[in-house]
Amino acid sequence: MLMHELSIAMDLVEQLSEVISRENASEVLEISVAIGAMCGVERVPFEFAFPEAARNTPLQGAVLNIEEIPLVLKCNDCGLEGETDELVMICPGCNSFSVEIVKGMEFLVRSMEVK
Amino acid sequence: MCQDCGCEQGNARAHITKHHSHDHTESKGFEEIHVHVHSDPSVNIRGSEIHVHVHLTRDGEAHPHDHDHDHEHLSESKALASREIVLESRVLARNDEFAELNRTLLKDRGCVAINFISSPGSGKTLLLEKTLEGLADRVKCAVIAGDQQTDNDAVRLRSKGAPVLQIETGSSCHLNAEQVGEAIRQVLQEDTRLLFIENVGNLVCPAAFDLGENYKVVLLSVPEGEDKPLKYPVIFHDATASVITKCDLLEHLDVDMDKYRDSLGRIHPGGRTFELSALTGDGMEGWLSYLESLVT
Repeated sequence: MLMHELSIAMDLVEQLSEVISRENASEVLEISVAIGAMCGVERVPFEFAFPEAARNTPLQGAVLNIEEIPLVLKCNDCGLEGETDELVMICPGCNSFSVEIVKGMEFLVRSMEVK
Repeated sequence: MCQDCGCEQGNARAHITKHHSHDHTESKGFEEIHVHVHSDPSVNIRGSEIHVHVHLTRDGEAHPHDHDHDHEHLSESKALASREIVLESRVLARNDEFAELNRTLLKDRGCVAINFISSPGSGKTLLLEKTLEGLADRVKCAVIAGDQQTDNDAVRLRSKGAPVLQIETGSSCHLNAEQVGEAIRQVLQEDTRLLFIENVGNLVCPAAFDLGENYKVVLLSVPEGEDKPLKYPVIFHDATASVITKCDLLEHLDVDMDKYRDSLGRIHPGGRTFELSALTGDGMEGWLSYLESLVT
């Protein structure tokens, strides 16, 4: 079974190839991506999949920089805003269940270094 | 010690001075780094006018140098040739565009869509069969069924009177919004009010793909274990409602329903939870009423 990270990497390559052609770039040196802890995409399979998806495209050989965005919750009861390692919706300060996700759902391509 | 500038050979050493020229030819037998930083003394060394030469020698191959020789300034040439394109865009933008089209299409057609997600074997298809039977005289339904291979699910569901369309995803582990958009156009009828999208059995991959549905419902069967929501937090958090299926097996298993409720509560506080058995029918009416309330 294909990892969904591979189909995502293929989508990303397609998306960036359009940017490369629009920008008249000849080579991509680096790509910076941000992966939120709760976005449903895992760093390791994505790192594995990306070079496969980039093969024989203008992105072949580009360095993939991944920024991991932790889950940040804001508590509606005690007001605490903070990171949590555990992916549970409980305030790390007061154990309240009334929390909102501030960060951690993102899955972004931030930038590309091109020549 | 270099007679000209006082630098010690064999040690990395920077010295700031006016331009001068000299050879270092005496180093032997070890690797050395020799750094000259040249700047006019009147120039602030924090400024950009600093010029650095790094001379590497190894095993006595001294590298004589003066400041007239050519060398490539790699960092400068690279900096000139490369540039940064700032994007800050969603990686799944393409899927999300199709999902948005699906949402608009569904809204225009007056139809509510539910993305049904669970592990393989949690009882999605049986629950759907019983749901279609239960809603037969109440809500006009349609089904899109996703599986890697076979149309077995579609065959089972078709006998319940609702239009059913099978998507075989082949090697892919999830449905995407583009596939679903094509299927919606084919399967919806004039009076369809509720569309079930039975995703490929998988708790991980479908969580990342918006299909344009109005609600995600995740199924969890009793034998799967009380901590499953904690192991797959993304999908259990995203789902509007969770259905604990195969509750008829409770008496045969060493599991605690309170622990299921607790782990669901930790991942999705305040989320709707249904406990039922599609086989015996226990708990089905609450589920059917909930679905009915979504379209009225």
